[in-house]
Amino acid sequence: MGRLESEMPRQRPEEKDVAGHPRAADKGSSDVIISIRDLHKSFGGHEVLKGVNLDVEVGSTVVILGVSGSGKSVLMKHVIGLLRPDSGDVFVDGRSLSRTDEHGLQEVRRGFGMVFQTAALFDSMSVYGNVSFPLREHFRKMPESEIRERVSEKLAILGLSGHEDKFPGELSGGMRKRVGLARAVIMEPKIVLYDEPTTGLDPITTDDVDNMIMQAREALQVTSVVISHDIRSAFKVATKLAVLYDGRIVAEGQPEEIANHPHPHVRKFVGTHFHGS
Amino acid sequence: MAKPSASEAPKREPLAGVLLGGPRRSLEKLGSQTIRVVSELGEMVSLLLFAMLWLVRPPYRLRNHLAMMEFVGVGSLFIVVLTGTFTGMVFAAQSMYAFGLFGADALVGPTVTLALTRELAPVLTGLMVTGRAGSAVATELGTMRVSEQIDALKTMAVNPVQYLVAPRVLAGIVMVPILTVVFTVVGVLGAYLVTVVWGGQASGTFIEQTRYYVDAYDILSGVIKGAVFGMLIFLIACYKGYNAAGGAKGVGQATTQAVVVASITIFVVDYLLTIMLLL
Repeated sequence: MGRLESEMPRQRPEEKDVAGHPRAADKGSSDVIISIRDLHKSFGGHEVLKGVNLDVEVGSTVVILGVSGSGKSVLMKHVIGLLRPDSGDVFVDGRSLSRTDEHGLQEVRRGFGMVFQTAALFDSMSVYGNVSFPLREHFRKMPESEIRERVSEKLAILGLSGHEDKFPGELSGGMRKRVGLARAVIMEPKIVLYDEPTTGLDPITTDDVDNMIMQAREALQVTSVVISHDIRSAFKVATKLAVLYDGRIVAEGQPEEIANHPHPHVRKFVGTHFHGS
Repeated sequence: MAKPSASEAPKREPLAGVLLGGPRRSLEKLGSQTIRVVSELGEMVSLLLFAMLWLVRPPYRLRNHLAMMEFVGVGSLFIVVLTGTFTGMVFAAQSMYAFGLFGADALVGPTVTLALTRELAPVLTGLMVTGRAGSAVATELGTMRVSEQIDALKTMAVNPVQYLVAPRVLAGIVMVPILTVVFTVVGVLGAYLVTVVWGGQASGTFIEQTRYYVDAYDILSGVIKGAVFGMLIFLIACYKGYNAAGGAKGVGQATTQAVVVASITIFVVDYLLTIMLLL
């Protein structure tokens, strides 16, 4: 991570969170794969992100919690370079995304997989076509037999064997999310991003998706970043939680730390799960 | 009744402000719309340049290009043949009547053929392709935009302009001129049917007069117009679809705008091209 250290701003703008808690990065985490530094973003005069700082360690599952409209999706889009910040930066594996051109961003994105809230499957392609799409695009000379083998392996891990020929319109919400994950991990990325993976799902399917995220971490050894407002799922899958409020990360830490965090918004937000109020 | 004091009286806008307020607002509206149109034009030119640039850069998705050409060309063939045939037939029938008034029936063949090659074939083919394929492209890309499929392409390190826009614009440039020629051929055949087979004109008159007055440049001008219209139709359709926002309503609006803007553009550009090609 030497390169990461050399490219980061020397003076960190915010060494403690709003509640005065030390940042996770200051607790000696050395294997940081994503580092968000003082990220600001406005849309039409409305400041959505007001200086976000966050570190994601290799192999962890970081869940960014926040109410609707708090800027979670905007933050996620900065992490994968779909949006450019007004100021601040995102470092992926030490590489500054602000200083990377579109061609370079394509290289960075090869290390990512992303599962969208709506799954964002290609309507015109079958499950097999969707999952094999990244392989066909990036390994153009890969034999069909190997593509089929890799796709079958991922579909089997996610319990989708036998559904290869179905089209997205024929799948349930949970299955669509799993196909989305299969497509996201087919290139064996180092990082998988999940955009509101359990929103709008019934409790059983939500459990399936939670298990899928944990399975991806354990079976495929990926680093995961999840944005969600589903507290129950967040506490189930996260190795680290961060709460986004008013354009800033106001709390971050282990799930048990967040459960007992003194910040009033965090108490109110997670209290709905722990105390039912 | 006590008069309100100066501080209580409602503040009145100065007379000059009242008189100039309306025109000023109209000017502001006109200005903002002009800025929007110029900005959109700039973005379209930029999209076209990027699409052309990505065409010559690997990876070359030949199958993708062929599929789009089939969609635009083969898919539009039936309506182009149908409209071409009837356009030629109607134009021949009207020309026979008009030329018959002063005994110039022999000019029906060349008149219809010249009109078809130079104007009717490229313009009507363009309008047909806009209605069938242009609207479909705007809807498809719009749906992909609002359902995050375009974002998904980006996250998979696939350039959406190269993957989605470039093949569609190229298919327009290649296939619309071919469809224009088809329109011309079936239109002339329709005219032949009405003039010679049903109208009783000598076949030799129709063919010889047409050969005498129509040359290769007339056909070429139609082909050039077809290529330009093809490029514009799919550039506009891709731009509108690519920038759709706001769910199903936004996709509907994008499609409507694509069809309206492309249709108007065809007429305006047709006039400009006609002037240029006549010089």
